Amino acid sequence: MADPVLSLIGAVKEYGERVKTRALAGVDLTLLRGEFVALIGPSGSGKSTLHNLIGLLDRPSAGRVILGGTNTTNLDERALTALRARMLGFVFQFHHLLPAFSAVENVMLPEWGDTGRASKELRARAEDILRAVGLADRMSYRSTELSGGQQQRVAVARALVRRPALVLADEPTGNLDTVSAKDVFDLMRRFNRESGTTFLIVTHDNRIAAQCDRVIEVVDGRVVSDRLNEPQLG
Amino acid sequence: MSFEWFVALRYLRDAKGQSALILAAVSIGVSVVVFLSALISGLQVSLIDKTLGSQAHITLRVPREAPRALVEPTSQLAVARNIQISAQRLRSIDQWPIALAEAERMPGVSAASASVMGPGFAVRGEAKAPIVVLGVDPARFLSIVDVSKKTNAGRFDVAGGNVVVGGVLALDLGVVVGDKLRITTSEGIADTVAIAGIFRLGNRALDQTWLIMSLRYAQSLFALPGGVTTIELKVRDVFEAERIGSALQDRTGLKAESWMAKNAELLAGLSAQNSSKWLIQFFVVLAVALGIASVLIVSVVQKSREIGILRAVGTSPRRVQNVFLIQGGVLGLCGSLLGSLLGALLAKLFENLARDPSGAARFPIELGPWLFLAASALATGVGLLSAVIPARRAARLDPALAIRNG
Repeated sequence: MADPVLSLIGAVKEYGERVKTRALAGVDLTLLRGEFVALIGPSGSGKSTLHNLIGLLDRPSAGRVILGGTNTTNLDERALTALRARMLGFVFQFHHLLPAFSAVENVMLPEWGDTGRASKELRARAEDILRAVGLADRMSYRSTELSGGQQQRVAVARALVRRPALVLADEPTGNLDTVSAKDVFDLMRRFNRESGTTFLIVTHDNRIAAQCDRVIEVVDGRVVSDRLNEPQLG
Repeated sequence: MSFEWFVALRYLRDAKGQSALILAAVSIGVSVVVFLSALISGLQVSLIDKTLGSQAHITLRVPREAPRALVEPTSQLAVARNIQISAQRLRSIDQWPIALAEAERMPGVSAASASVMGPGFAVRGEAKAPIVVLGVDPARFLSIVDVSKKTNAGRFDVAGGNVVVGGVLALDLGVVVGDKLRITTSEGIADTVAIAGIFRLGNRALDQTWLIMSLRYAQSLFALPGGVTTIELKVRDVFEAERIGSALQDRTGLKAESWMAKNAELLAGLSAQNSSKWLIQFFVVLAVALGIASVLIVSVVQKSREIGILRAVGTSPRRVQNVFLIQGGVLGLCGSLLGSLLGALLAKLFENLARDPSGAARFPIELGPWLFLAASALATGVGLLSAVIPARRAARLDPALAIRNG
């Protein structure tokens, strides 16, 4: 059995001071190395909350989040940021590239922002990965000069540049046309297979979920189903 | 280049309009500070130069003679008495060479001169004029008041029976260089002197009364053989004159009078001018600080989502904070450099435009490197300080919220 990359143990998340709203009601979840997982559920089911807890962007009200063998419960903000930088990659629905930077600079950002320095090796790695996502001729373009599909491919490259253990993709194809959506999905699938990076894809799209190895469904803050799909032919 | 510098400069470059506007505001603010400082400092230096160009910084004299009672009251004897104020006579400073040496040793004193100064009358034909006779050791006296530079007819020569006189006095008596003059001192001793030079110090009272001769000659005219009545001093820092004078008064027992005491009204005027200058500069700097802070706060709000992304992908809060601090510092520094240049240009333009008929600047300008350094340091510091609040706000942004609400 592959190593666990992430474990949530009894994760609870409540919002509000006097009147508590429970967004997650004790979630237990483990993601293994190399898995390609879809997280589905209706709006307001707790998907985003779960995404934020797994991404160390938020802390659980109770329970534990263990990432790469590190219990994150008692880590301070600086340690959480460092762990996030080392272990996680993010792909957002609206790509969220920084418009003031070129494609290659955007891809360099995670490591550059973490270490403070942009080495030649980092630039070479960023250029390699942009070539791998088919943007060899768009490296110096700013995000505003790229199409939606190209922007999302840059975002995928940015998520992968540090070779993270886990990539969190929040509706990565939700804002793309069918052709671009398929391109981006195939790209993530390819990297998953080639590098063994674990992907957790938050989606409303059942067609996307059907192409993943495993589907976790969340309803009202609880995991109501966790099933494996038939192996996909790659 | 470090991450923080790269991002800060890129943000500034990317928001060209915003950066240019705030840069213009900082530059104008700094130019006002530079211009105002240069103008007021120039005026003050000019005023002080004019005032001190014709007088010593400190004058030491024998204290006034106090009246002495003939009978003192005792427990057995009550005395009703009327004490009359003593008439002051010209007296020599007791053991003046020791006092002069003491004054020269005093830290901060740059020159010292002993002289005889007393009243007299000058007569030429029908014309008579009250005069102040000044007997000096030329080498020492000229280092206190450089009369030779202001001698515009003849030359500064007080050897033998030669004297130099003030320009207004020469006009009043109708004398020119080479003429003879009959003078009588307050001691009733009279002699005839030859006019070797005529000076103009720019101080009417002195130009109308001063007659300068050698120390030895004055000693004989005032019946003070080997004596002097005043010791005049020059100090390195003119604003230290009062303190040095007090210290010398304590050490020598002589009465010390500084230029500051003699020109209390001038000092009060300068002080009021300084206060106005500081007040104006304070408000200008405040406006600059608020300008930078507001632009950066707007920038933080505009870039909330981007800051959230940076934080989410692994940039520490400290680095995010530094990005905005650097922006504040860079805006302050660049604004100060431009502002210094603009202020200096304005000041020079003003100096050249306003001139009196002799061609001298009506508003002299004092532009020193310290002014640019101080203005640059101030604006950069203000830029950094103004950026603290926006920078901390940026660093504290919750990445998840920022990405969602951006």
